[in-house]
Amino acid sequence: MSLSAVTSTHKLPDMSRVPTVDEVGVNERVARFQTRSIKSASKVEALKLILSMIDLTTLEGQDTPGKVRQLCQKALHLHDAMPGLPHVAAVCVYPTMVKVAKKALGNSGINIASVATAFPSGQAPLSVKLDDTRMAVAEGANEIDMVISRGEFLAGNYGMVFDEIVAIKDACGDAHLKVILETGELGTLDRVRQASELAMHAGADFIKTSTGKIQPAATMQVTLVMLQAIRDYYAATGRMVGMKPAGGIAHSKLAIHYLVMLRETLGKAWMTPQWFRFGASSLANDVLMQIRKQATGVYQSADYFSKD
Amino acid sequence: MATASGKTAKRLAVAKTYKIFIGGQFPRTESARYYTLKDRQGAVIANICRSSRKDFRNAMVAARGAQDGWAKASAYLRGQILYRVAEMLEGRREQFSAELKLQGAAMRAADKEVDATIDRLVYFAGWADKYQQVFSSVNPVASSHFNFSVLEPTGVVAILAPEASGLLGLISNIAPVIVGGNTCVALASESMPLCAVSFAEVLHAADVPPGVVNILTGYRSELSGQFASHMDVNAIIYCDGDQQTDKAVQVAAADNIKRVLRRTDVSWADESSQHPYLVRDTQEVKTTWHPIGK
Amino acid sequence: MATPENKLAFDGGWQYSPAPESTDHVSIRKKYELFIGGEFVAPVQGKYFDTINPATEERLSRVGLASAGDVDKAVKAARKAYAGWSRLKPAERGKYIFRIARMLQERSREFAAIESLDGGKPIRESRDVDVPLAAAHFFYYAGWADKLEYAFPGRKVKPLGVAGQIIPWNFPLLMAAWKIAPALACGNTVVLKPAETTPLTAMKLAELIADAGVPPGVVNIVTGAGETGAAIVNHPGVDKIAFTGSTDVGRIIQKALAGSNKKYTLELGGKAANIIFADAAIDQAVEGIVNGIFFNQGHVCCAGSRLLVQESVAGAVIQKLRERMETLIVGDPLDKNTDIGAINSKQQLETIRSYLAIGQEEGAEMFQSSCPIPKRGYWCRPTIFTGVSQSNRVVQEEIFGPVLAIQTFRTFDEAVTKANNTPYGLSGGVWTDKGSKIFKMTQSVRAGVVWANTFNKFDPTSPFGGYKESGVGREGGMHGLDAYLKLEA
Repeated sequence: MSLSAVTSTHKLPDMSRVPTVDEVGVNERVARFQTRSIKSASKVEALKLILSMIDLTTLEGQDTPGKVRQLCQKALHLHDAMPGLPHVAAVCVYPTMVKVAKKALGNSGINIASVATAFPSGQAPLSVKLDDTRMAVAEGANEIDMVISRGEFLAGNYGMVFDEIVAIKDACGDAHLKVILETGELGTLDRVRQASELAMHAGADFIKTSTGKIQPAATMQVTLVMLQAIRDYYAATGRMVGMKPAGGIAHSKLAIHYLVMLRETLGKAWMTPQWFRFGASSLANDVLMQIRKQATGVYQSADYFSKD
Repeated sequence: MATASGKTAKRLAVAKTYKIFIGGQFPRTESARYYTLKDRQGAVIANICRSSRKDFRNAMVAARGAQDGWAKASAYLRGQILYRVAEMLEGRREQFSAELKLQGAAMRAADKEVDATIDRLVYFAGWADKYQQVFSSVNPVASSHFNFSVLEPTGVVAILAPEASGLLGLISNIAPVIVGGNTCVALASESMPLCAVSFAEVLHAADVPPGVVNILTGYRSELSGQFASHMDVNAIIYCDGDQQTDKAVQVAAADNIKRVLRRTDVSWADESSQHPYLVRDTQEVKTTWHPIGK
Repeated sequence: MATPENKLAFDGGWQYSPAPESTDHVSIRKKYELFIGGEFVAPVQGKYFDTINPATEERLSRVGLASAGDVDKAVKAARKAYAGWSRLKPAERGKYIFRIARMLQERSREFAAIESLDGGKPIRESRDVDVPLAAAHFFYYAGWADKLEYAFPGRKVKPLGVAGQIIPWNFPLLMAAWKIAPALACGNTVVLKPAETTPLTAMKLAELIADAGVPPGVVNIVTGAGETGAAIVNHPGVDKIAFTGSTDVGRIIQKALAGSNKKYTLELGGKAANIIFADAAIDQAVEGIVNGIFFNQGHVCCAGSRLLVQESVAGAVIQKLRERMETLIVGDPLDKNTDIGAINSKQQLETIRSYLAIGQEEGAEMFQSSCPIPKRGYWCRPTIFTGVSQSNRVVQEEIFGPVLAIQTFRTFDEAVTKANNTPYGLSGGVWTDKGSKIFKMTQSVRAGVVWANTFNKFDPTSPFGGYKESGVGREGGMHGLDAYLKLEA
């Protein structure tokens, strides 16, 4: 008996009935978001909002407790020279580093997100993935970023992918579940849309584009399709699902285009860190430089902003 | 066939009744009016239907009804049907030649006109599945779209046929119209109508679908205004217009923005008068766009 | 699919600050004379009229009112120039047109700003669509000048002579390019009349053409209203008329030309159906609806002004459309974030408003987005009518504004019947994911341009023009050359 059969609230959608997506139309819509000119007060507001939505991330084989502590320090002190800045939404680390992050962040209000489920490939038995998840939650992660089994998805084993998400969600307990579709491996926007629906119906609190290990990572095109899937899911069920583009968003200008896209697709209710995140490591400093430039009118140098 | 009087016939010939051709049938004009066609000596050749506006209206209904199906017939089939018309005409060369002679043509000229007509039908039959290739285009637009332009028939075409070329002139105007998927209503030469009616019989025998070609006889002065003003006519071809009728036809045609094609001073016997631009004249260019994506 | 219960909110929250395009790079003279024989000359009767900014109702400039006498001067100048221009080596002719294209690219920012100031269209469109496409048209036809014999197999080609060209106010510069570029490439000279509400980019183009060193008289531009246009149409020295505008005026022109032997092309009105099947990529289809009817304030002859949506998805499509409409920004045409600019003129605004009243009187349900609009100027919020049928006037008649009439259908054949049930036949849209259905539908729609899974796309290589009462002839592409040539055996 499949897990989905016993979990009555979750039902695998019929993939053949998922709306199709026209790539050229998506490109055109994205180009139009990019023609929005965000200036002056609206730009400052956007930059601060972006900062508050960042999941400051380090997901390297070479990660050490030292590196993670430095990242947490950065999360706590983005740029003390400018008071009144929001803090980032979360730091995102491997499960083994959750404990380190937990200690470093204390009660700062910054969440700890941890990738789990044999990140980034997802090629491990379910039991290993469940253990991975439970361990991260037990160590103090309040958000779990899981990867779907792309191989199974592409092979058409939707039920298996679905059941896995249901099981991981169950293992998350109170932690929020972000489901990484790894859109760069799905091939077409149609598949992105299908995977989004599958993940949301399986109980994802967030859907997320990428691990950052595969190119292309987040694109506006992919993100738009996922936002539209979230919108339609909300229209049908009334349940809000969050969105996290991750990987490749390094500059403020691009991040602002994402905000424009978010605003014009899902409206104001999603314009908070509760419902939208940027998975990024270098974005924060670029945003800080832009905020500084807006305040002073002077173009900034990266040498004046801490790199951790 | 009618016989001119003045000759002593060995037997009394059975005179032919010349009717009009609407929707694949041969009615008399609903008006029951006629005009008498006479030979040079003044002898009666035949009574010719003097078609009315209602005949034209009926012919238009038939032409409109046939248009969609004819346009959807494959180019190959349209070509074959036109070729079949040529075949049938070939078998009736003598009849047509005799009619031309009755209308005053010299013997050799009559034979030549019939031959040229058959050859012209073959010429246009051959264009059926080629003009599209010559006049279509794939357009290299700058965006990520596949874009192509093809020809589609304009629709129903009204034809005021050449007065001085009762057979070849008529067929030279009808053939390029129908080979391109249009249907038509043609008004035959007023002074040389015999072959037009006989040609209708050939069309009938050749299995041209009813309504594709409709042929009326009658007074051009009565009918040209109707042809030009009818709101369901998409294009009008008129031959030999003088400036006054030009103007009248074009003014009336503007009521529904008809395509107006004036063919004056064309020597229909000349081979240079046959070309695929005659087909293109009653075609619309349709351009289709579609995104190229995955 | 039922209409979704859970709706999104687009009001309040993070808003876009004004982002106006600067106009310090723009030069508009206080007064423009007529461009005849390579020079700016005062109109014979010394009369001028105002051209105003429809977003502020303020005067931008005064332009000469060309009388029949001025038109006669322009035609004579064009005739005089024709001898040299038509005999110029075709490759050299082409190079002049290439030069116009390049200079237009170089001055694009100024042209875009003036187009928005004079006509009310958003700078995003004049900058990204009108001006670059105009330059592209010159570039495309420039290359044809010495290759014309390849376009018409089996024929010899000859220029016609003097072309009289009358263009509308919805795409002032682009329509000038559509008209002038092929005419010049084919060896004709022209007398062009821009619309009376939007003459400025045409006058800037006159300056550019003079700067480009195009021989005097090859392009002449006379400004004025209907009477000036009539003087061009009726002038015996004109060999060809190219007109873009309403079907009513097109009809008058076709009648006026009767018996004159002048060649003509007419690009007239439309009431295009945009057909959405249940299996379409719905989100892109909604975007196509928006582009189809709200592009350029709906002042587009090929606008997708009738939406035919399959009943099973009608609720969802309309809901998505309404939400999308709430994100459209109506206002200052010079603001880079403006989606829908000013209605071109007071008169046009009154026409649109009369249709809004007619639609409601006929019992249709009207929805308008809730965005704020400026106090001064001519504005119309994006508007949809639901609950309409073929017999409604808002379904039958061209409104030429941001007003969409929405009907539903059940079957393919019903959609075809409704789409074609109009005297017009300019354009159409089809949205479905099924390949064979696309071809069936694009073949069935009686229109000169059919956009499948897209809408309102234009390109210099792509022929444009209508069936039935939407016009005669094609502009653009290889097929567009035909309008400016005599074909001989």
